[in-house]
Amino acid sequence: MSIFDKFQQLAATRRELEKSCDTFFNIVMEEIISGTEAVINGRPTILAGSNNYLGLSFDSDCIDAACEAVRKEGTGTTGSRMANGTFAGHLALERELAEYFGRQSAIVFSTGYVANLAILSTLVGPGEVILLDADCHASIYDGCRLGGAEVIRFRHNDAKDLAKRLRRLEKRNTNVLVVAEGLYSMMGDRAPLADIVAVKRKYGAYLMVDEAHSLGVLGKNGRGLAEEAGVEDGVDFVVGTFSKSLGAIGGFCVSNHPELNLVRYASRPYVFTASSSPSVIASTRAALKILQTGSELRQRLWENANLLYNTLQNLDFAVGPEASPIVAIQLEDKAEAFALWSGLLENGVYVNLVLPPATPDGNCLLRCSVSAGHTPEQMDRICEAFTAVRKAVKTG
Amino acid sequence: MRVYENILEELYKILQPFVPQGLKIGEETDLVADLGLDSLKVMNIVESVEDRLDISIPLNILPEVRTVKDFAVQIQKLIGDG
Repeated sequence: MSIFDKFQQLAATRRELEKSCDTFFNIVMEEIISGTEAVINGRPTILAGSNNYLGLSFDSDCIDAACEAVRKEGTGTTGSRMANGTFAGHLALERELAEYFGRQSAIVFSTGYVANLAILSTLVGPGEVILLDADCHASIYDGCRLGGAEVIRFRHNDAKDLAKRLRRLEKRNTNVLVVAEGLYSMMGDRAPLADIVAVKRKYGAYLMVDEAHSLGVLGKNGRGLAEEAGVEDGVDFVVGTFSKSLGAIGGFCVSNHPELNLVRYASRPYVFTASSSPSVIASTRAALKILQTGSELRQRLWENANLLYNTLQNLDFAVGPEASPIVAIQLEDKAEAFALWSGLLENGVYVNLVLPPATPDGNCLLRCSVSAGHTPEQMDRICEAFTAVRKAVKTG
Repeated sequence: MRVYENILEELYKILQPFVPQGLKIGEETDLVADLGLDSLKVMNIVESVEDRLDISIPLNILPEVRTVKDFAVQIQKLIGDG
């Protein structure tokens, strides 16, 4: 018996998938042309499956800031935030995030994944309860698992189901943290945040919202769904990432609870990770400035989002419940999903193909995402590619 | 308080659609090996049990559940906990 025996099922699944579509496991961005285009399989391809919502990964101010930082401060911090890894830039970014969100405290983490791991595993402990939306991201589930709290799911976007579960917990008289997301990463749907806030207030629970996909995308100032829904004061903790609208990598948590600052000392994922490199912090700070004045970018993003959503709807694709920069097509048939995905690639458009169990309901997903950086010509080409593959797969 | 037998009865009803032809469901039926349940189906079943018994089942208990009996025992504990 080998230590690798348990991976045999995985190997068989991979072989099976490779038979259907040999490129699925071999997508490499061979050359990056811009934030919205790369060379894949030797061919320039439009990227309609990234999370570069505002197109800032190639913004000249962000690049200049990163270059300057790497020359001045080096390629890495080589240490934890708790030791030698807190540079002036890390603290400045925490101040700027707190100010942007109008909150008292902020912590910066090395990735968005680590932010969820750190907050959820530390904030809520044994004897306490986390109530999370069933469709929450894997990092939220993993954070819950790492801590000692009791973890209960409520039905996706169902505030009544949440209320029912909070009612059941009432007599336990314990701390409860409710967790939801601003925009759900697979289907691009918003949480019913005003309803969730009303419920959590009624039962005296705490609320954490992961705005990973909604930062820079929703709200007049881009602060996410809580801002758009007008319920920022009802959200105790906002978690987010720098790897989407801010075009870099990293994560954060902001809160009006001053005790948030204590969490960092108790959080293993914070303490035992090297801090973000200076160039990442510098480009994120530059991107955050742009994001605050980025209403034009947001407008362009939403124009592109509505165009793709309406086009796919007119092509009779089973898209998600509402238009958003994440436009997902649900497909029951794996073969059809592979045919459409490969067809799009042949037509010079890359989207994400997501297979169960990573999807919410067991279907396959063609997950497309648009960017403010997509030009009208690129949007036309994306829509034309979908029209072409729709016709080919229907008639083929 | 619901007794163990009542919980079993409810579980048999909820699991019946997943029982392959020729198999008789019992306490020792293995949810994965005998019924072929994947994680998605397990979560749907958990929701059905929660609705029928008006309880919330923490994800933390699921690693302890392999058979119908394991599931019934955990549910009984939850109901006992109130």
